[in-house]
Amino acid sequence: MKVLGLILVVACWILLAVGATDFPRMGDPASPAALHVSPRYLEKGLAETQTPNIVTAVLADYRGYDTMYETTVVFAAGVSCFLLLRFFRRQAPPHTLYRHKPSGTVVAIQRGYRLRGPHPDLVPIDRDWAPHDPIVELASRILIPLIQIFALYVVAHGHYSPGGGFQGGVILGASLILLAISQDLRTAQARLGERSNALLSAIGVLIYVGVGALALALGGNFLDYGALAGLMHVDPVYARNLGILFVEIGVAIAVMATMFFIYRNVASAGALDEGL
Amino acid sequence: MDRFLELLTSNYNYWVYITLMMIGLWGMIAKRNLVKKIIGMSIFQTAIILFYISIGAKEGGTIPIIMEPGGHGSAAQAVVRAADYINPLPHVLMLTAIVVAVATLGVALSLAIKIYQRYGTLEEKDILKQINKP
Repeated sequence: MKVLGLILVVACWILLAVGATDFPRMGDPASPAALHVSPRYLEKGLAETQTPNIVTAVLADYRGYDTMYETTVVFAAGVSCFLLLRFFRRQAPPHTLYRHKPSGTVVAIQRGYRLRGPHPDLVPIDRDWAPHDPIVELASRILIPLIQIFALYVVAHGHYSPGGGFQGGVILGASLILLAISQDLRTAQARLGERSNALLSAIGVLIYVGVGALALALGGNFLDYGALAGLMHVDPVYARNLGILFVEIGVAIAVMATMFFIYRNVASAGALDEGL
Repeated sequence: MDRFLELLTSNYNYWVYITLMMIGLWGMIAKRNLVKKIIGMSIFQTAIILFYISIGAKEGGTIPIIMEPGGHGSAAQAVVRAADYINPLPHVLMLTAIVVAVATLGVALSLAIKIYQRYGTLEEKDILKQINKP
């Protein structure tokens, strides 16, 4: 098997390497990829959508269908992680661990016993005795809001600088994952519950499809944001700019929620109580 | 020889991506551990992404954000020359592909977790042995 695989891989390498000699050299302005549809986007994009960042304009407007279904794929991936891993009935663990905050000692409470109400000094910790580190906790507490502000900037400024819904959404999701890694899944769970997380990821896709359907209802084509002009009292070209913004917000919410949804399911193997 | 050197200097990027892609393919075919197969798949995806991005490059081109002479939203609109900006299309395609790659990686990892819970191992040989047991 190994030998067969090696022969196959080397044969593929040779075929592709020979084929690559016919490719245009890197950075060739006259390469076929640069000649057909992209000059049209670059020359007319600003006038048609008022969006200087042509990547955003192509992503959300010219190729709106593609991006809509990519968002749906991300959502579907989140749903399939949930369906594969999540389980609701579980055996109680042999013991639960609590850390006594002032002294730092760890208390194990056996199955069948539990604390009478939440104790102010006892915080639950993971069964794998994840060590408590105040430096990591403080650093993440300072960093996470900054990361989230930066993510909102990336989403909102996607029209004028590199950025947009996917990038901002991933940064937002990363900030939530950082919270879960630096403290524990329980802390992140308290910030964003499972139900609202799943709802957010569906709402993001719904915003995208909803903007498209709204354009359809107002007499345009599906995802033809120019049709929203009458609703927002702006000219059709600026309505495209705003339509792109709405769609990007939807993408950002969907991507943020789905990234964290996938993480919490994979990290805790579907139990959503503790992990990593 | 000269022709080969010329090819090497102008097309070396493709050979880097092909090598990377074949490393990924090798990982998917020959490695017996499921997580290593998933890593191979990720390397393969990375090679494709790099390939697309290099197609978008243009000599003397800048990022595809149109420069407006009077600042954003001003009435003065200069004529845009496509040769001044790199090709935005591969960037758009790969932008979504990266996020989808992460999402599919999540699905692959959850499948691996499920397999581990069922068979107690991620080695292909041991899993097949357990499946084929009468």
